[in-house]
Amino acid sequence: MFEGVPLTWFLITGTIMFFVGIYGFLVRKNLITILMSTELILNSVNINFVAFNKILYPDHLEGMFFSIFIIAVAAAEASVAIAIIINIYRRLVDINVEKMNEMKY
Amino acid sequence: MFAIFSAVIIIFSIMTVTSRRILRSATYLLFVLVATGGMYFLLRFNFLAAIQLTLYAGGIVVLIIFSILLTSHIAEKLEAPSLKKTIPAFLAAAGGALITIATILQYNFPAAVASGSERTDIRVIARSLISTEKFGYALPFEVISILLLAAMVGAIILAKKRKD
Amino acid sequence: MTRDEIVNRKSKIVNSYYMIDFSYTVWILLIPLIMFVVVGLFGNRFKPLVSGIAGTAGLFVMWILSLVTAYKYFFVLEKAADGTFQKFLAFNMRWLNLTDTLHIDIGVLLDPISIMMLLVITTVSFMVHVYSIGYMDGEKGFMRFFATLSLFSFSMLGLVVATNIFQMYIFWELVGVSSYLLIGFYYTRDSAVSASKKAFIVTRFADLGFLIGILMLSFSTGTFDFLTLTGANSPAFTAGSGVVFLGLSTMTWSMIFIFMGGAGKSAMFPLHIWLPDAMEGPTPVSALIHAATMVVAGVYLVARLFPIYIFAAPVALDVVMYVGAFSSIFAAIIACTQFDIKRVLAYSTMSQIGLMMFALGVSGYGGHEGLGYMASMFHLFTHAFFKSLLFLGAGAIIHAVHSNVMNEMGGLRKYLPITHATFLIACLAIAGVPPLSGFFSKDEILAAGHERSLMLYWVEMIVSGLTAFYMFRLYFSVFWGHDRHYHHTPHEASKLMTIPLMLLSVGALLAGLIPFSMFVSSDRMPFHTELELGIAIPAVLVGLAGIITAMLFYRKETNLPEKIYNALGGFSTAAYHKFYIDEVYLFITKRIIFNYVSRPIAWFDRHVVDGAMNGISYVTNEASDRIKRFQSGQLQQYALVFVSGVVLLTLLFTYLMTN
Repeated sequence: MFEGVPLTWFLITGTIMFFVGIYGFLVRKNLITILMSTELILNSVNINFVAFNKILYPDHLEGMFFSIFIIAVAAAEASVAIAIIINIYRRLVDINVEKMNEMKY
Repeated sequence: MFAIFSAVIIIFSIMTVTSRRILRSATYLLFVLVATGGMYFLLRFNFLAAIQLTLYAGGIVVLIIFSILLTSHIAEKLEAPSLKKTIPAFLAAAGGALITIATILQYNFPAAVASGSERTDIRVIARSLISTEKFGYALPFEVISILLLAAMVGAIILAKKRKD
Repeated sequence: MTRDEIVNRKSKIVNSYYMIDFSYTVWILLIPLIMFVVVGLFGNRFKPLVSGIAGTAGLFVMWILSLVTAYKYFFVLEKAADGTFQKFLAFNMRWLNLTDTLHIDIGVLLDPISIMMLLVITTVSFMVHVYSIGYMDGEKGFMRFFATLSLFSFSMLGLVVATNIFQMYIFWELVGVSSYLLIGFYYTRDSAVSASKKAFIVTRFADLGFLIGILMLSFSTGTFDFLTLTGANSPAFTAGSGVVFLGLSTMTWSMIFIFMGGAGKSAMFPLHIWLPDAMEGPTPVSALIHAATMVVAGVYLVARLFPIYIFAAPVALDVVMYVGAFSSIFAAIIACTQFDIKRVLAYSTMSQIGLMMFALGVSGYGGHEGLGYMASMFHLFTHAFFKSLLFLGAGAIIHAVHSNVMNEMGGLRKYLPITHATFLIACLAIAGVPPLSGFFSKDEILAAGHERSLMLYWVEMIVSGLTAFYMFRLYFSVFWGHDRHYHHTPHEASKLMTIPLMLLSVGALLAGLIPFSMFVSSDRMPFHTELELGIAIPAVLVGLAGIITAMLFYRKETNLPEKIYNALGGFSTAAYHKFYIDEVYLFITKRIIFNYVSRPIAWFDRHVVDGAMNGISYVTNEASDRIKRFQSGQLQQYALVFVSGVVLLTLLFTYLMTN
């Protein structure tokens, strides 16, 4: 079903998703939206892995396994991040990332 | 098919990061993740696609929506970020994107090593996950389970209500 | 062996230099230095008398060493091949290398004048030490006094035995420091503090000229060393002889500048203002420093560099002559009007040193031509005796009467017999009455002056007359005159004070009988001098005239002095006020220098220099203020910087580097 789609298109899709995620990470104020941007980044990487795997090395499975592990790690990381966000919300009643600058000069 | 999926991915990811309502942002994220799952189906990685849909679309997005409900006023519109922030970020991101795409287009990827079988059925996957020979993933599997345990414990402790 | 036999033997031996080891003379320098350190650091732990005895004992040893050295040098050591006394380095140590060829040494140079000065300094210093044990008894700071006296002795001795002009300059400054410490000895008195500052600043200013002269001299000739500079083929005779400025050569200018340094130290006009004020110091200090030793350092300097003055800078020598003559008459006039005994003696010192400078200025070189040189040194020698005697005697008077002012004294001859006798001897000596020492030395000066310049000869005759007059004015007012009722009867001073007086008076009496020209002369060749009656008799008559005038005016209380004073009107008021030189200096410094020079410089320093420093710190502060915004605590800013950096680096490495 994907025959005829050159590798580069997959990669370009992944790249655009990645940089959109970076843009979102740098721009958004709400901590949860930052988390969502991070998920975008991780997903783009997954697409890259599986595309390489399927197109360049069709009888291997490394890319897929790597993506599985990435998904697992992303899940763990998201849960911990939510826990932190809940904690911050309890202290500051506000999850605007610009308000969290106690490490400033 | 590919065109549809990639279009969905790109458009909805842009809308995720630029939307002003947080719940809509989460919804767009859901669409992106589903489209990614679809991309995996396209590449005939069924198992992976299933995992993606279950974990990401079903687990993480739900988690995110729960936390949105817990921590913010849903109806309230988020402020648009100031121009001082968006322009440098846009430049950085766009610059990076351009460089990467240019590199990708210039690079000659090697030809496919197309030999042998193309079997990606579950039996092969399962065997690989618990085998300890070459291409076996027993160790990472165990490590991931410990990581998940640690994350679970950590999240519980972090989010516990303090007694004082 | 007589001296002639030695000389004959010498002419047969070729190239034999000093065969006696004189290196022990360095101890003459080291002993006072050690005494200074020891008494200065540890004097507090013992009774004050111990410091006094330590200092005096050190000086006694030095005195004996100088006597031995003088005997060995003049009587035992063979003369050089041409019949002159030898001039050599007894001890030399390289101290500082400036370039390959230019270096500063520290050492001991022995030749007739340095040995004569050694004798003078150690003798007078020894007498002053003994006297001070009695005079300063009970004073706070007794140890400090003796420590500083030792420091002074060290510095002065180092000056006279200097082997090169830079060593002389170093010790010159040290002498200035010791003088500062000693004049300001009673540091709780404002007048003493001002006087010591004045002395130091005026001499320091003169030393600026001295340093400029040294630099010019050493730059043209390439050496500091006296043996080279005043030797036979000195580079000084040829170097720097081109006319550079106002028609004078470099060498002349450098010699004039060096003389400026000497004039400051020797209180020549117009750098004399510090000497009368220096009488604020204790009287033994005045006797040692401002009569016999430090103030003659300028004369010694000119004498040391005499060959250069004669052959390469005769114009400078004329300057010396005129300045000396003018200073001597200037001071003599002022001395006639002063009432403080120490001030009279201070102006007398200035006048006598003017006489010594005059003698050097009129001198030629070699044998009888160099009569002025010999006379100057001779007068230095005899002056040390009678002037220190006068000062120590004045100290005894002050000690007895507790006052410095002549008007409050009179008839003291009944109460202070020994002081009276010795003071009279000293006054007769300074007035030039034969056969005391002053007569012989002054006679030689007048003879030398007569040959050179008749006008200045008459000026010096007038000075002699005035000298006799004001000295005997002092004598008669103090010891004769109206017997006042003192609060408590003045009594003679203790033996410690009178014995030095007596010993010095022996010197004042007999020093004139030494055939000085057989020892000291301009080219180190002994020569004979005879008494010229044509010079001697007028001089003695002038002296006697001065004495008789003073006797008429002051022996009994009369109003003759007042009549003459009023008759001369404005002139005498001006003389009483020291011709307002101090006021002129004050005007120049306060109005002109402070306002037009110091104030702008201070402004510049405060606003431009400090402003620049403050500006640098201000800029740094502002810059750091701006830069610290990088650490804002904003997560997204950090991430932005990170991503931008990565993008840039990637750009750099993939596209720009590999092209």
